Formats: sequence, structure tokens, C-alpha cells
Amino acid sequence: MTITMPSVNYLAIAPILVLLGGSLALMMIAALTKSRVSLGVATVTSAAVCAVATIVSVFQWSDVSSHGESTTLAHAVAYDGFGIVATAIIAVTTLLATLSARDWIARARTVGVEFHILLLAAAAGAMMMAQANDLIVVFLGLEILSIGLYVLVAYDRHRSTSSEAALKYLLLGGFASALFIYGAALTYGGTGTTTLTGIAYFMAHNFILQPGVLVAGVGLMLVGFAFKVAAVPFHTWSPDVYEGAPSPVTGFMASVVKVGAFAGVLRILIGALGTQATAWRPLVAALVILSTFLGAGLALVQSNIKRLLAYSSINHAGFMLLGLWSATPRGVAGTLYYVMTYAPVVVATFTIVSLRGGVNEDLHELGGYRGLARRQPLLGAALAVLLLSQAGAPFTTGFYAKFAVLTAAVDAGGAWIGVAVMVAASIAGYFYIRLVLSLYDTHDSAEVVTVPRTSAFVIAVGVLSALVFGVWPGPLESLAQHAVLLLP
Amino acid sequence: MRSPLLIIVLLLLPVIGIATLSVRPWDARMTTRIAASLTVVQLAVSLVAAVGYHSRGGGAFGLTYRRVLASSWGLSFDIGIDGISIFLVILTALVTALALLGASHGERTFVRWILLLNVATLGAFVTRDLLLFFLFFELTLIPSYFLIANYGGPARSAAALKFFVYTLFGSGFFLVGMVYLGVRHQHIFGGDVTFAYDELAKVALSPAAATWVLVGFLIAFGVKSPLFPLHSWSPAAYAEAPTAGSMMLSALLAKLGTYGLLRFGVALLPDGVDRVRPYVMTLAVIGILYGSGVAAVSKNLKRLVAYSSLAQVGFIILGMFSGSLVATNGAVLLMFNHGIITAALFLLIGGLERRRGTSDIAGLAGLQGPAPVLAALFTVVMLGSIGLPGLSGFVSEFLVLLGAFNAHPWWAAVATTGVIFAALYLLWAYQRVFHGVAEGDNATVADATIRERSVLAPLVAAIVVLGLYPALLLRTIEPSVVTSVTHSAVSHGGGQ
Repeated sequence: MTITMPSVNYLAIAPILVLLGGSLALMMIAALTKSRVSLGVATVTSAAVCAVATIVSVFQWSDVSSHGESTTLAHAVAYDGFGIVATAIIAVTTLLATLSARDWIARARTVGVEFHILLLAAAAGAMMMAQANDLIVVFLGLEILSIGLYVLVAYDRHRSTSSEAALKYLLLGGFASALFIYGAALTYGGTGTTTLTGIAYFMAHNFILQPGVLVAGVGLMLVGFAFKVAAVPFHTWSPDVYEGAPSPVTGFMASVVKVGAFAGVLRILIGALGTQATAWRPLVAALVILSTFLGAGLALVQSNIKRLLAYSSINHAGFMLLGLWSATPRGVAGTLYYVMTYAPVVVATFTIVSLRGGVNEDLHELGGYRGLARRQPLLGAALAVLLLSQAGAPFTTGFYAKFAVLTAAVDAGGAWIGVAVMVAASIAGYFYIRLVLSLYDTHDSAEVVTVPRTSAFVIAVGVLSALVFGVWPGPLESLAQHAVLLLP
Repeated sequence: MRSPLLIIVLLLLPVIGIATLSVRPWDARMTTRIAASLTVVQLAVSLVAAVGYHSRGGGAFGLTYRRVLASSWGLSFDIGIDGISIFLVILTALVTALALLGASHGERTFVRWILLLNVATLGAFVTRDLLLFFLFFELTLIPSYFLIANYGGPARSAAALKFFVYTLFGSGFFLVGMVYLGVRHQHIFGGDVTFAYDELAKVALSPAAATWVLVGFLIAFGVKSPLFPLHSWSPAAYAEAPTAGSMMLSALLAKLGTYGLLRFGVALLPDGVDRVRPYVMTLAVIGILYGSGVAAVSKNLKRLVAYSSLAQVGFIILGMFSGSLVATNGAVLLMFNHGIITAALFLLIGGLERRRGTSDIAGLAGLQGPAPVLAALFTVVMLGSIGLPGLSGFVSEFLVLLGAFNAHPWWAAVATTGVIFAALYLLWAYQRVFHGVAEGDNATVADATIRERSVLAPLVAAIVVLGLYPALLLRTIEPSVVTSVTHSAVSHGGGQ
């Protein structure tokens, strides 16, 4: 018996290979050397790996620009602008998260290179989702991402809350994965194929008289994703997990998981099942409304900054879903722009939270942020900018993100949903500005936070990305605009 | 000079100020000096721009410049001024300069917020692109929130919060309405989406859609203006804000609301205006009566001015929605005049508050004796606000009522009683504060200082000059009002 090997376009999967290779290399080094791998070596290695992946994606971009989109590995992997941009976002964000984690690891006295191994592997999983052209590959990416994260959430072994959070995440994450794979199976049953382009082709050429199986499949996959991105009503795990996880890991979750999951869900629902939009749009609309309102509303009553940011992140998930809801190329570009600009900002925010939280992560009360900007003007101003960008203040990337998905929604006939999310955004604006105001409070209860150089770099990147591209949004806009999703 | 560079300079000056102040902590005196001199230069440049604009005549936009920043979003840096906006630009520079000179304590952050508010307001007035307008419009929220919340009176947190939530809530409706217009434009004309004013004016919406969009605009700008019943944030915000903040809020930010309503509501959506006219005019008249009534019983001078502003804004909106050119001219003129008068009133009240530690009417009495010059200044400004013939307030209110009366006599008739009320509450307040016998601390109140006199002088001069010679502004305002109204009528195949 002969097995035909599918042809492989190695450039198409190069970033994934680079990250997995880096992860493996670290593992080998750790296994083969007698002494412990120092934090410096681990950090530099994984940062370099992420940088290489980013550079590779630039080559991919020019390759796809000149030769067009394609699939590889027997149509399992898509090689298109959308996937490349998402991959690059994941690589850059992981780089930032690695640097952000460096200072935390040093402070929290946790040892072991496993952190970086898992981080790189999880990021590779997210990339896999971003480039998947097959339901199985989406699931594979989802699992690689999730399993890495289960361990990372539990990584702070000095705190029991960290393990508790990991257990919650594991149970609900496993549940979500099961729902997703069941949905994928039903979709396979309904269409006879698991490749996304195949499903799209099938849908374009057949009319399904009794779509019950397919609708159930799509619904279950959507629920699985809603769990992953913490969209209401599948969000209950997220405040606990965000709070319990080490802060740099929380930042990684809030950014990279969203990029990967949204890339995957856009591919499945718009790329493969775009013709069935009338079936899944009402579900997404419900997720959008619930997430934006409950995220904003519940953030108002939080007293812990990590829980507040968890609800804020739920609110943002609602906005990202709005681009999905519109089910148009403009919506895809809008959501892509949203995750692209949200990722560095949220990583930088959690870097500050991590520094402020102290070694034992017990200083997360909002009261502790009062007067921060008076005592440390630069750090305070940085946090203010990051929060205002998340609030969608004008002349920050956060505004254009909301504007992009809003335009897509209105364009797709959703003025009503646009009005609704803007009302939610005004509620969200309130809790952000309240927090920013407390930074400038004269009641000074803030202790001095020392900012190590790598953390300062991460914060600076987040702040500058929000401001520079807030005033000069052209480059990122055209990137998101030209990141075409592969359609059959 | 008719170059768009002038406008760019206008926008850059406060930015330079913010940067300079951020370089190192200058002392309070120097801080004020740097900021104030930049805004004085800004005022001069805006006057040059006004002369340059006027010399060309016509009502269309002048000094225009357009550069696309992000084509798929329709974001472009698109500036220009016309007869409606140029005086608001001058007003912005003037009020900022006087707020810095007359009501600033020179704290670095405070001055930076004022400058940021200046650039945001100015930016909104000079743009011809709705998206860029929205960006600047939203940007005003941040500095004004911090000005109230960090430097205001005892109830500042609640006031700042109410202000912020109301305005943010309202502006979302403008954003969605604007996006809807842009998307419709793209559906009809193809190409990239655009929010350029001239382009959107070509979009013919169905009357129902135009009404919905206009209702969205009315909510956004009605909050900012404020239009009854969306005003409830304003008395608290005006009363709690520091004097400089109250001046800028009432003289400038409120005008952003009425300006937006005229430029993007009345001019872009004539079909919608036809449908909502009776309701909006009714709300405006209610605002006039309610504002006057509450002003009469206000126990605090700042709140009194806040409610009187509500009444004045009622006149502005009445004029704009009456469908009469004369009344619209009057409304535009009233925007400028009200800005001058209300800035002067807040400046004066701020002076009283500094002397006596309160702006409650009950705590003040007989100030005319110890402070005659202050009382005289107050009198002129107050009479201007009442609308005494010969002072600026009269001309604009008269034009509004005249135009409105021709088109819709009943509304105009009821609104006219607001003028009488204004005389009543202002004179009564004046009587209680300045007449009578000064006792205790009131007897030793210092008269207006040289600084106060020189800061108020340009405002008083403007009140008098524009009362005697309103054509100075009207001859520039009128062609632009005609252009923007007929322009929308033409694009809708005649319309009205």
C-alpha cells in the first residue's frame, strides 16, 4: 500500500513550523543540558523565534500578493492574506507577551523553561486556527492553543487561585472543545466534507431541503467559539480565570486567544458558511447584544482590576462579533483590524497590571490605582492612554476599531444593532473614564511601582501603537483591507 | 491670505503649547503666559483667515484642503471654513485666550486640558468631513471631563459623570446616523465610502430614513446644545466646572451642538427637517420658557446663567428649524453673540466667586457700592443678554423671532415671552446682588482689577459693536446660510 503524500508549500506553514520548532528546541535544550536553562536564554530564544515568524510572514505577504491565494497540505491549510496578517499579529503579540512575562517570572520566582515552551506552542495553535482550511485543523489548533493555556494559567504555583482558575478553564474549555467537535461532525454529516472551501463549494451548488443537521452543527461550533472568546452567555469562566491566571498569561489569553478564535470563526462562518448567513446571524446578533451590554454593565460594579478587564474583554468580544455579524468582506476586515489593534493594547495593559499586582498578585484592587498618575506620571499616562484606547476614544486605534465594525454592520443593514452597541459603548466609556480619573486622584494611595526595562518596552509598544496609528491609521487600515479571506 | 495653511496653523498652535508645557514644569506665571500668548496669536490668525475668506465673497467653503488618510473608511483630513464656521473659530480663540488670562491659576495640567479643549473645538469647527468632525467632537469630552472632575466645585464628580455619560450616549447616535449616510452614498455612487460634507449632501434619503437619521443627530447635538429635555446635565456641569471650564463649555461646546445641528442636520437632511419641524420647534420653545422660568428661581448665579443658556439655545434652535433664512441668519449670529455674552457672564461670576467664596445669590448683596466698575461691566453684559436694543443680543434674537414669526407665528409668539422673562430674571438677580446695602464681607469687596477690566474689555466691546453694526458679521454669514440651505434644496430636486 502506498501513501500519497500531499504536496507541501513550506513557506505557507513556515511561521507555525518556526514557533513549534522553537518550542521543541527549548524542550531539547532543557532536557539535554545539566544546568537549568536561564530565564535570559529562554526569553531571548522565544522572542527571537517570534521575531523570525513575523519576518517570515512579511515574505509570505509579498508571495501571496504576487502569486495569489492558495491552499496546501491537501487543502487543509489556507494560504491567504487574511491568515498571514492574523499570523503576524499572533507572532508580534506573543513576542510582547514573552517580554511581559520575563519580569513576572523573575519576580514570582517561578522556574522552568516550560513557560516559554507552552507559550510558543499555544501561539502556534492560534496560528493554525488562523490558517486552517479544514474543520479538523481548526480543532487541532484550538486544542493546541487550549492545552498550552490550561497549564500556563496554573503556572503560578505559589498561589492556589492560579490552579483553581486552571481547573475551571480546563473543565469549561474541554466542554467547549467537545461542543465544537460535535458541531464539526454534524457539519461534516450535512455537507460531506470537512474542508472549508469544500463546504463553501457544496453550499454554493446544492440546496439543502432539511438543514436541521447543518444548522445544529453550525450552532454548536458557534457556541464552542463563544466559550473561547468569552461571549455572553458563555462567559462565566472568564472573570475567574482572568483573575486567577498570572497577569502576563491573562494578557496573552485576552489577545492571542481572541485573534486565533476570531480568525477561525470568520473562516468557518463567513468563508465556508457565508451562504447560510441568514441561519447563523440571529445567533451572532444575540451574542453581540448580550456581550456588549453585560460586559459593560458588569464591569461597572467590579472592584478588582483583573475582573474589570475581564468584563471589558467580554465587551470587546461583542464588538468583534459585530464584524462577524455583518457577514461581508468589510466585516472581516473590521474584525481583523479590531483584534490587530486590541492585542498590543491589552498585552500592555496587563503588563502594567502585573507590575502593580506585586509578587503575589494580591494588589489588584481598583483603589490601589488611585493617584498612580500623580506619583508616576509616565506610567499613569500610559495606563490612561491604554484604557482610553479600549474605551474607543478618538485619535486612538480603539476608536477606528469600533468604527470599522460599526460601518460594516450598518453597511449590512444593521443600523439598529449599531445603535445598540454604541449605547453599550457609552456605558463602557463610563467605567474606563472613571478608572482613568482615579489615576489622577489627589488622594494618593498608590505605592511606587518599579518598571523593569523589558516591561517598559512592552508598555511603550502598546501605547505608541494606540497613539501613532490613532493619528495615522492608514497603514493598518490598508493591511486589514487587503488581507483577503480565501473564498472558493 | 487665503491659504488653508492658516487653518493648519490655528490647529498647531495649541498643540505646540501642550508640547512646550510638557517639556518641563514652568512656573504658574510662565505657563499662563505661554498658553495665553499662543491663543492670542491664534485669535490674530483666525481674524486674518476671516478677512481672507470674506474678501473672496460667496457662501461656499474657502481655505479648503483635503487629504485622504484611510480610503476604505472614508477618513480624510478635510478642512475649510465658511461664513457659518469662521466666527465660531474666532469665538473659540477669543474665549480660550480670555479664559486663560482671566480665569486660570496657571497649573500646568489645567492649562494643557484647556489647550486640548481648544484644539478639539477648533478642529470640529474647521472640518468639512463628518468623520473628522466626530473625532474632534468626541475629543472635546476628555479635556472637559477632566476640567470638571479635577478642578470643579464640591459636587464635581457627579456633575462630570453626568456630563460625560449624557454626551457619550448622545454621540453614538450621531456616529450611527453618519455612517448610515456614508454607506448610502457608497451604495448609490459606488467607490470608497466617504463622509465628505459635499458628497453626503448629494445623497437623497427617503423621508423616513432622513427622519431617523435626523432624530439621531438631534439626540447627539441636542444633548450637547442642550435642547430640552436633554439638558439635565448642563446646570450641574456649568455650575460645578471651574470658571474657565464653564466659559468654554457654555460659550464653545454648546455651539458645537447647535453648529452640528445646522450644518449636518438642517443642511443635509431637509426632508427630515420638514417632518420633525413642529416637534423640534416645540421643544425649543419649551426650552426657552422652562429655562427662563427656572433661571428666575435659581439661587445660584452660575445655575442662573446655565438655565438662561438653555433658553438662549432654544432661540438658536428655533431659528434654525423655522425654515426661514432670516431666522437662520439670526440663529448663527446668536451663536456668536451668546458665546460672547455667556463667556463674559461666567467670567464676572467667577470674579465674584473668587472675592466672596460663593456664587449663591443669598450670600451677595449691595456690591454696587464697593465695586462700581464691576457692577457697570455686569450691567452691560446683562443688558446684552436681555436683548436691549443697541446691544448684540437684541439683533440676533430679533432676527430669529422675526423670521420665525413669518413662518410659524404661534411658536414665535410664545417664544417672545422668553425675552420678557429674560429681563425679569436677570434684572431681579442683578437687583439682589448689586443693589441694597452691603454688609459684612460684601462691604469690603474689591472693585474690578486692571486685569479683569482688560480681559472683559474685548467682550464688552464686541457686545456694543455688534449691537450697533451687526452687518459686520451678517454680510459674511448670510451667503453661507443661503448656500448651505439652497444647496441641499437643489440636490433634492427642488425640495422647498
